[in-house]
Amino acid sequence: MVKSKRGLPIHILVFLGPAVLIYTAFMIYPLCDSLWLSLNNKASSGAGQMFVGIQNYLTLFSQDRWSAPLWNAVRNNLVFFVIHMVVQNPIGLLLAGLLATRIRGAAIYRTIIFTPTILSVVIIGFVWKLILLPSWGISRALFGIVGLSGLGDYPWLGTESTTLITLSLMSVWQNIGIPMMLFLAALIRIPDDLMEAARVDGASSWTIFWRIQFPLILPTVGLIAVLTFVGNFNAFDLIYATQGALAGPNFASDILGTFFFRTFFGYQLQPADPFMGSTVAGVMLVIILVGVLIYLFGWQRRLQQIQF
Amino acid sequence: MRSKFWSAIATHAVLIAYAVVALFPVLLIILNSFKDRITIFSAPFALPWADSFTLDGYATLVSGSHFEWYFLNSLFVTTSSLLLILIVGSMAAFALAEYKFRFNLLTSLYLSIGIMVPIRLGTVGILRLMVNLHLVNNLLSLILIYTAQGIPLAVFVLTTFMRQVPGDLKDAARIDGASEYRIYLLILPLVRPALGSVLAISMLPIWNDLWFPLILAPGEATKTLILGAQTFLGEFANDYNAVLAALTLAILPPVFLYVIFSRQLIRGITAGAVK
Repeated sequence: MVKSKRGLPIHILVFLGPAVLIYTAFMIYPLCDSLWLSLNNKASSGAGQMFVGIQNYLTLFSQDRWSAPLWNAVRNNLVFFVIHMVVQNPIGLLLAGLLATRIRGAAIYRTIIFTPTILSVVIIGFVWKLILLPSWGISRALFGIVGLSGLGDYPWLGTESTTLITLSLMSVWQNIGIPMMLFLAALIRIPDDLMEAARVDGASSWTIFWRIQFPLILPTVGLIAVLTFVGNFNAFDLIYATQGALAGPNFASDILGTFFFRTFFGYQLQPADPFMGSTVAGVMLVIILVGVLIYLFGWQRRLQQIQF
Repeated sequence: MRSKFWSAIATHAVLIAYAVVALFPVLLIILNSFKDRITIFSAPFALPWADSFTLDGYATLVSGSHFEWYFLNSLFVTTSSLLLILIVGSMAAFALAEYKFRFNLLTSLYLSIGIMVPIRLGTVGILRLMVNLHLVNNLLSLILIYTAQGIPLAVFVLTTFMRQVPGDLKDAARIDGASEYRIYLLILPLVRPALGSVLAISMLPIWNDLWFPLILAPGEATKTLILGAQTFLGEFANDYNAVLAALTLAILPPVFLYVIFSRQLIRGITAGAVK
């Protein structure tokens, strides 16, 4: 470390300048501009905009026309998140636990299982849409393996009660590689001596996992939870690619990302509205920040220091 | 010993089962893209044979859309953004790792906001900005946004690695009269693995993005591969050969990149998380 005298020497400015400028101009400034827009609305004279304070937020939460789709999207988004937490992350942990036993071929398994994660969500959406299409008959054959071929003809994506769960599971299938990889990295960092000592004392693998390994990877559990949370409350591509901007049927798969897109871009009879769009983005920002802060101050602070 | 043998068998069984679940849908699409329409439906699980082999879907793709443009657009946007992320990210990381100055911690914190706050939430502001700059339907808009999006994690990962470069080396260079810029260039090759990791973790989100191409560059001339595939799949939904061919072509580039960069990618994911 070289200590500088007062002020910033020119070379530090040269090094920091480009990154700080691009980041500020194209990320921080638009974010602030969006937040500012959410406090404005069309001027009553017709042209330009005027400051309206939190009026847009009040409209969003109190007028039925806005609040009904908002709460629908929030509820669906929560379901989407919960399914990831109870399906994706435990299976990811299980796979990581199996790979961490240093079984032969672990690297090959790891590479294969991670493959869906590298593909575009758009592609994944279409692939599963095709597989679930009753007219192709793939799903009938797959359900047939367990003797339930009748279920293969069921329109999983086209039915209000099942579409969200189906989409969530598609997303779980795609993203499972991330928790698997992070859990694996954490598990193989645990010194072997710890487990060996427990084994000598007669502990079973099950006990060793829950008493030694799991407590030691708690920081990663929190990290994965917050990454899942941020990713899910920011999701859009999968729903848009499979169900379109209307997130059908009858908005049963509408989440905050698609609601934001429709509000801001307009669709069918509803005109585009940048002010209400920013307001929806503002609500999403608050939700995500609350999640991140709970993680930083509620979880991470109590555990050993890790960073992301 | 016996129980150890059986537990290994059980472990393999679970992993193989899941590997099949992971690969089956992808393989199904690729295989069927080379089969004629009748066989796609009558024998979806069969391999393409001489009597069922066809490239019809790919022919429709070539005549019905501009996939080669889309591909070049994606390639241009992704490589330019990655280059910019690596250059400006490593410069900033060097300054943060190397010099003690008054706003060091503040700058680090400021830059790390972007790790957790998704850039998408600023989309309304981004579109307004791009309209004012006349960059809508211009690939430069995507490059600038992806660079801004990639900087936070790049700076974070690279700073950690640059701090580990021994100080003696830099001091020796300074005594020899090297300028600070020269020392930066000297350090750069030493953190090559970290640069590789940053490259690998930044690459796929850019290549695979749908949101910003849809909003900032939806014009025919500026469509990226993913947006092009998305529109094509919508238009040709009933032409199974074409749909399967489009999906296959969209699957191959990331798989290709993954094969090349998987080591860096895995290291990058874990470095970003546990460092």
